[in-house]
Amino acid sequence: MLTAEGLSLWRGDQCLFRRLGFVVPAGSATQVTGPNGSGKTTLLRVLAGFLRPETGTLRWADETGDWDEVSRGRVAYCGHLGGIKAELTATENLRFDAALAGVDPAGIPGLLEEAGLAPCAGLRAGQLSAGQKRRLALARLRLSGASLWLLDEPQTNLDDAGRHYLRSLLAGHLRAGGCAVIASHEPAGLADLATGRIGLGG
Amino acid sequence: MWTWFYQLASPPHFYRMSHALVPWLLGLSLVLIAVGTYGGLVLAPPDYQQGDAFRIIYVHVPSAYLGSMIYVTMAVAAGIGIIWRIKLAHAVAASCAVIGASFTFAALVTGAVWGKPMWGTYWEWDPRLTSFLVLFFLYLGYMALRSAYDDLAKADQASAILALVGVVNVPIVKYSVEWWSSIHQGPTISKIGMPSITGDMLWPLLVNIAGFTLFFLAMLCIRVRAEVLEREFNARWARELLRGGAAGGVN
Amino acid sequence: MAAGPGQVFAAVLRRDLQVAWRRWSDAANPALFFLLVVTLFPLALSPKAEFLRAIGPGVLWVGALLATLMALNLLFRADVDDGTMEQLLLSDCPLPIVMLAKTLAHWITTILPVIVVAPVLAITYHLPPEALPTLVLGLLIGTPALSLVGSIGAALTVGLRQGGALLAVLVVPLMLPVPMFGARATDLAVAGEDPTGLLYLLGALSVLAAGLAPLASAAAIRLGID
Repeated sequence: MLTAEGLSLWRGDQCLFRRLGFVVPAGSATQVTGPNGSGKTTLLRVLAGFLRPETGTLRWADETGDWDEVSRGRVAYCGHLGGIKAELTATENLRFDAALAGVDPAGIPGLLEEAGLAPCAGLRAGQLSAGQKRRLALARLRLSGASLWLLDEPQTNLDDAGRHYLRSLLAGHLRAGGCAVIASHEPAGLADLATGRIGLGG
Repeated sequence: MWTWFYQLASPPHFYRMSHALVPWLLGLSLVLIAVGTYGGLVLAPPDYQQGDAFRIIYVHVPSAYLGSMIYVTMAVAAGIGIIWRIKLAHAVAASCAVIGASFTFAALVTGAVWGKPMWGTYWEWDPRLTSFLVLFFLYLGYMALRSAYDDLAKADQASAILALVGVVNVPIVKYSVEWWSSIHQGPTISKIGMPSITGDMLWPLLVNIAGFTLFFLAMLCIRVRAEVLEREFNARWARELLRGGAAGGVN
Repeated sequence: MAAGPGQVFAAVLRRDLQVAWRRWSDAANPALFFLLVVTLFPLALSPKAEFLRAIGPGVLWVGALLATLMALNLLFRADVDDGTMEQLLLSDCPLPIVMLAKTLAHWITTILPVIVVAPVLAITYHLPPEALPTLVLGLLIGTPALSLVGSIGAALTVGLRQGGALLAVLVVPLMLPVPMFGARATDLAVAGEDPTGLLYLLGALSVLAAGLAPLASAAAIRLGID
């Protein structure tokens, strides 16, 4: 369960959010909505621990301590940058993630299969299409073992099959008791899976 | 003790306190420098080897001392800022850089001026001058890094890391340079060093060192005040102060 | 569940070597640059054997330092640009270990070729063959300190546009002792004296840098991610 209290952040003179508070209970997803430039990505990056908010605290369940420390290993982030090495194959990319997370790499072919990437498992990631790269980045979410997923416009570049894959991935994660925060300017799509809503910008 | 520390570290408190402090520091430092300089230039006897040329130590030595002392101060302030996340400490570190670089530059220039009568050239790769040159580069790097970041909080963090790395490195560089110059020059070239000093030469030097140090503290207060105001211009105390200042001339 | 430091180190090292292997032209550039810098001096100054023997150790060491500087720009930039650094920050593996592994991989792929070329160039500078082992050994022991100190600068400037020149301004003053000791060690070997003490000193600098630099660059790399 993620609890945020009193988060404020400025970008230069512009206030993106002020004293923002919300709770994401275990097994649920919250959608962050708002127009371009309203701070959706910034909020997600605060939750990922990349940015420190000006004020406010983040808590995971009952754990106290700095979010920098508490969040590590608990949070998975899928953003605009895929986090994929173009020089490595799809399989090698996931193997590296598995090694970092201390997970058995035996499950990787299955994950690629689910993502519909089995035929290009041996291809350099630089040769994959934008949609395929996005699927690869999504497949990594499963590997990380993180309880909180932060998805920034996850539907970008995905075709119908890809969107279906994303939905099933997210639904499975929530069923298993995980949480997610999803930034999206499209109200449709994943809205039925999200129980909470945070509106930014006005 | 800790409450006192945190109170001092709060920007509005510092701003008010330093306002009272600056005239005293500045006044006292100018008196000391005037006395020390008069003592050094007029009262002290000429050196039996260097004649009147040695008198430049009354500027060179205090500048050199402050150049290195300020770097350490800057690193300590940066360390405090990064560990306890005290913004005032970052403001102090940032303000130290320009002042420290100026004193280091003054030490280099006066060293070169002193070098002319001693060595016959303005620049000699003497270990002390070389170390101060490297120190000057360290200051320049620090300032260049700060100005490269648009975001103040990031500039604070980045420059603090650099200052801490630099302060670990300074002794290594200093000893390397000394060792290096001992190989390449041998004892034939007379190094810039303290002339064998007598009491009536020494006291003006000590007075000047004290005067320069107080002058540094006064400059530091003035710069930190400006820095704090710039950082906190959105805070209520600063806005009230600026409004009051515009209407009634608080400053 | 999380991977131990040893596993993290091995995984990062392996990945970076693999990536560098597939982009070998990037890795070859510093050695080429080194070659060109070292070639410039006889052409610009004088090809006299005695003169070249006198400046050779210094030129080779300064060349190695410049090659290191040139290579440093890319040390973290690729990872920050493609988002893999973000993913490394999220995982709960110790970041200094990651930085150490990345710097080692970078040293292997960019500086090791420089060290391979160095003795060949030393011969063109008329250094006696007896001095070559000292040159190579000195470079092997000393250049890791250059890469490690440089990694701090690379991490501090990774989020900035004007990376290159700023990086040099930040790290060259910190690197100075390494070429001073390294060139002197080679000088001693050229003169037929014993350079062992200086090689130990170079080793000490590298060990010190290996202990401290990853901590600083781990703290600094977060600033490039926002």
